[in-house]
Amino acid sequence: MSKSIKLSFKKGELNKELADFFKKMIEKNAIDALLAPMTQPNKGVMQTLVTKNSNIKAIDSIDPFAPVVPVNGAKIASSITAKPSNRKVAMILRSCEIRALVELVKLKQANLDDVLLIGIDCIGRYENLDFLKFQEQGETSESFIEKGVAGNTQNNDYDISKACKICEFPRPDNVDLRLCIIDTGSDALYIESLSLKGDKALEKAGIDLNDSVPASSSNTVKKLIKERINARDKAFEEYRESSNSFDDLEKRFAACINCYNCRVACPVCYCKECVFVTDTFRHNGDQYMAWADSFGTLKMPADTTFYHLTRMSHMSLFCVGCGQCTSACPNDIDLMPVFRTVANKTQDRFDYQAGRAFDEAQPLTIFDHDEFVEVTGQVK
Amino acid sequence: MSEFEPKIVGFFCNWCTFTAADLAGTSRLSYPPNIKIIRVMCSGMVDPKYVIKAFLNGVDGVLIGGCWPGDCHYINGNLKARRRVAMLTEILKQYGIDERRFWLRWIAASEGNMLQEVVNEMTDKLIKLGPSPLNKSHKADLVLDS
Repeated sequence: MSKSIKLSFKKGELNKELADFFKKMIEKNAIDALLAPMTQPNKGVMQTLVTKNSNIKAIDSIDPFAPVVPVNGAKIASSITAKPSNRKVAMILRSCEIRALVELVKLKQANLDDVLLIGIDCIGRYENLDFLKFQEQGETSESFIEKGVAGNTQNNDYDISKACKICEFPRPDNVDLRLCIIDTGSDALYIESLSLKGDKALEKAGIDLNDSVPASSSNTVKKLIKERINARDKAFEEYRESSNSFDDLEKRFAACINCYNCRVACPVCYCKECVFVTDTFRHNGDQYMAWADSFGTLKMPADTTFYHLTRMSHMSLFCVGCGQCTSACPNDIDLMPVFRTVANKTQDRFDYQAGRAFDEAQPLTIFDHDEFVEVTGQVK
Repeated sequence: MSEFEPKIVGFFCNWCTFTAADLAGTSRLSYPPNIKIIRVMCSGMVDPKYVIKAFLNGVDGVLIGGCWPGDCHYINGNLKARRRVAMLTEILKQYGIDERRFWLRWIAASEGNMLQEVVNEMTDKLIKLGPSPLNKSHKADLVLDS
């Protein structure tokens, strides 16, 4: 039986209840700081860090369920924890961010020793500009969740991102606490503890775990996962059929200007310095001339397909399908299916799933004498 | 129509396959000139980029030659290469680079005859398979010939 606490709220007061809850956590020293999506003074919702020493009233602007992920929070978690502050920080992230974070922890680019990881139920996110429209229209997280659970995420001319529509992880794992809101009744949220760390933090805050997440909620999540898996497999199939050659790939990348925004936005593009911005790719004029000589023509900027394929060879094993690459593209190239379908194949090859478990070694970090014999087909 | 001569890039480990190629040479074992050999210090240092770049530049096949498991000069570079090849094959396959174009083979320094066999076999198979979809020069030839 899951250990959780029911948080009842009146219509329009979900964020107020959450704010009270987290302020209490800080006041009781269960945590020293909170990183959570908060409404910004002027416009928008961004991950915001509030510490015990700052004005904790700022937590009143908390809005974790806002359907927007301006950047994948795994990168933010990495910047805060890669060199630890030794202060206990609670981080409210969603599944795609947590799964990416799991990979960054394995890469030693994040450290969760001082982190109380809090996951939230997530139905999807709008693109950043669409979310601003959403806010202007007076829509709220509560209204989004209510409609979203019923499968109604479309709002005027925009909908949740394509990545979210095929995301099979609406409820995150590998967390200490989980904020469950999918089908928990319109006036209740459940805070579920999934680890010793979670238990201890709540105990310190003086919160008893007397409730359990209603079965209806878990069932609805299961149903949603099933629908999403179907949608995902269909999307994979469509993509694989329509993009199975380099010509197809080049057509898809036709508008690519080598800005490398997709890798800046990618939470698991782990290189500290991308090789494509180093001297390796800063060629001399005569080199370009020589290429043009031998190939007849040389598209400039050069190396577009080369870049994307190299990126695949680096990040596809860790791709969590968050879709930030598509969101970041200034020329509206839909990159998510490109990387996700390939990631699906490469991860399957090693029975690996990015973000599934902390103790699952990344495929290219381990090796064995007697494995993958079929690659060479040679036996001594 | 001119007969198709596949272009193969070989990344050969300095300690085994490259030495095997040397041995094949001194033993007067001839193998097809379709392969252009690049000597590397270990099959484990063949960055996926090298292979991707080769295919993008229109080669019809890539052959990585490394030491047999257990014999790596650097203990386990070849085992890393094997996993990397498995990963990269999946990526290339999606975009129409058949896995029969991308080989990893263990060829020890003493196996000059095996090097000959492998290069012969790969060249034959690539001739049957035809040019790589990225082999633009050959595409142009086909247009001119037809």
